[in-house]
Amino acid sequence: MSASPCGGASSSGFWARLLALTRKEFRQLLRDRSSLTIGIALPALLILLFGYGISLDVNHARVAVVMEDASPTAVDVLYGLRLSRYFTPLTVRSMHEAQSLMAAHEVDAILRVPSDFTSTLSAGQGRLQLILLGADAATARVIEAYVNAALAQWSLVNNDREAGRGAVAALAAAAPYGRVALESRMWFNAANTSTWYLVPGLIVLIMTLTGAFLTSLVVAREWERGTLEALFVTPVRPTEILLAKLIPYFAVGMVGFAMCLLAARFLFGVPFVGSLWLLVASSVLYMLVSLGVGLLISSATKNQFIASQMALLTGFLPAMMLSGMLFDLNNVPPAVRFIGLALPATHYLDLVKTLMLAGDVWPIVLKDGSILVAYAAVLLAAARMVTRKRIA
Amino acid sequence: MIDLLLRLRALIAKELLSVLKDPSSRVILFLPVLLQSLLFGYVATYDLANVPYAVLDLSRSPTSAALLAKLDGTGFFRRVATLQSQAEIAPVIDLQQALMVVQIGPRFEQQLLAGETAPVQLILDARNSTTAATAAATLGSVVDTFNQDQWLQRGGAAPALALQTRAWFNPNLETRWNFMPALIATLSMLQTLLLCALSVAREREQGTFDQLLVTPLSPMEIMAGKAIPPMLIGLVQSTLVLLVTRFWFQIPMAGSLATLYIGLAAFMLAGVGIGLSISALSATMQQAERYTFVILLPMMMLSGLSTPVAAMPRALQIATLVNPVRFGIDLVRRVYLEGVGLATVWPDIVPMLLVAAVTLPTAAWLFRHRLT
Repeated sequence: MSASPCGGASSSGFWARLLALTRKEFRQLLRDRSSLTIGIALPALLILLFGYGISLDVNHARVAVVMEDASPTAVDVLYGLRLSRYFTPLTVRSMHEAQSLMAAHEVDAILRVPSDFTSTLSAGQGRLQLILLGADAATARVIEAYVNAALAQWSLVNNDREAGRGAVAALAAAAPYGRVALESRMWFNAANTSTWYLVPGLIVLIMTLTGAFLTSLVVAREWERGTLEALFVTPVRPTEILLAKLIPYFAVGMVGFAMCLLAARFLFGVPFVGSLWLLVASSVLYMLVSLGVGLLISSATKNQFIASQMALLTGFLPAMMLSGMLFDLNNVPPAVRFIGLALPATHYLDLVKTLMLAGDVWPIVLKDGSILVAYAAVLLAAARMVTRKRIA
Repeated sequence: MIDLLLRLRALIAKELLSVLKDPSSRVILFLPVLLQSLLFGYVATYDLANVPYAVLDLSRSPTSAALLAKLDGTGFFRRVATLQSQAEIAPVIDLQQALMVVQIGPRFEQQLLAGETAPVQLILDARNSTTAATAAATLGSVVDTFNQDQWLQRGGAAPALALQTRAWFNPNLETRWNFMPALIATLSMLQTLLLCALSVAREREQGTFDQLLVTPLSPMEIMAGKAIPPMLIGLVQSTLVLLVTRFWFQIPMAGSLATLYIGLAAFMLAGVGIGLSISALSATMQQAERYTFVILLPMMMLSGLSTPVAAMPRALQIATLVNPVRFGIDLVRRVYLEGVGLATVWPDIVPMLLVAAVTLPTAAWLFRHRLT
């Protein structure tokens, strides 16, 4: 590479300069408390919030029950609902009262037993009314499914009872016909708790945020203050400047990652089915990707205001919304899925979920791993290019 | 009084100019909001569509074919593979080619004809637990309908019990209807908070803040001059998301614009107060940026944007009481979807004004007292 006669000396100069610069960056990092706040306090805070606060599981939905018909049959039908841990039933006297409770968001649904329920039920026309609060569609759907399941259960039991009493017994004896029963098994998350699948998302979010926020301003501020141009008159090369910016923040980012891993294992009990070293290796790669995003933003904009807005726009919401962390990319229109798949966060999330919950599935590891390698290389090379062009 | 207004107007004009004179700042303040509201509107759905699944039908009978036809008939599932043996199940799931495998045993039809219970196994990839649970529930209702039809075909009585469901404010229970109104508040809050946080920090870093302090402007006036421009920018951003919600996604708006904007103004005021306090505390833009993120993320997590506040433990629900985003989202959702007026949403507005009443004077005080 080097055409100068002292090629060997220049390569040892590289290490000396890199060491000096890195030491300076480390000092600068440690001097500013905000670096450690974002590198360590933010992950800790998010871990606690996620682990203990954020849940997609619906428990104890408040349902106002209006018993306009309080016959033993009606009570029997609702019995299953009352036992369920998913519901907190609240008996109210009138539909009017229930409606005002729901308007005030005091209950999530109203279940109404009409006054003619017993008579219509014995005529085979029984109707129950469920009114859901659409202000939270996800919860409403879950409540609907639970109520439906509870009533279907009652119908089954009741059919058998009727059959036993002989009303349908003749029919059943003439043409016996069985029932299809569904047996669901949840692989990789047997209890199907949302924590197990939110924690990998949390790791992705933290890695994305710390990476992008740590480095998004470090080059831009030197451009704004003119200190970068001052550096250019020294023998230091752009690659060395960028590497020196990368190394300390990489260290801080990996401390955050270690905290996530420990919390996932010991606080939330997420299993590590796959191998730990693969998880660490892919996280090292992703840390480089996300620091690369920050560095590229920083070196390309050379303006702290724009750089920080860009870091916010590219870091937080896309990683949460488009990576599949909350919403499944299978369910969205193809164009939007394509954008989601173009994000490195999507592939890292896929890797973390697979390695933690499913194991070393090599085709996935290789596919996502090579995508991350490509992203890291392209982003860091682009940051390097942008920095070089401006020296000339 | 006129003097004061003139001074304020000058400061506001200067603030707006310093943000908007740069073309790339203009682009970054308005274009991403539009793009994000469009993208997130499409992505925010828990409804199943196109779920890939595989079948292992060992019975190969007309009855099993009828059951599978019912499954395909829902339109939610897409059959990607027909398996021949149980050994093929694990690879299909592991490699995420299919989200679920429906396995029908060899004696499926005989069991049914003999009046026995015929099990159908469903294996789901619960790496995404939400989709897995929804898919399992959907398949459960497919099986219920199938059983019902068989029962009716054999002369059984129609079910005696039926559930009539209706939903208030969101008849088809679409996630997007809840999500977009929340974005009207959230998207603008993100950038506005950062804008505020950077404004004083930038002047500090460049040394112009000291000059501002020696002008005839009082700290309260500086604070007002710094607070109003970001509020205006935030309201414009909210308006953009509102337009996308109303006219692109065609979500009907039940409430009045006046109520919505009064609420949004209170919301922005609280956000601006928090932003300026961060700004007054920070010595550099980098610090301001990082402290903003440290505050912003918990505010978003505890807002009810992506997970309901009611599903949080009690301690955290109490913590949300100082979070303006929680009240902002609640307010916009209720005004937009439920059409309620100020008489109903004042409990949302008061906490936001309280946050503003604490943070804005704090920021004004810090302007002078942080001088080192």
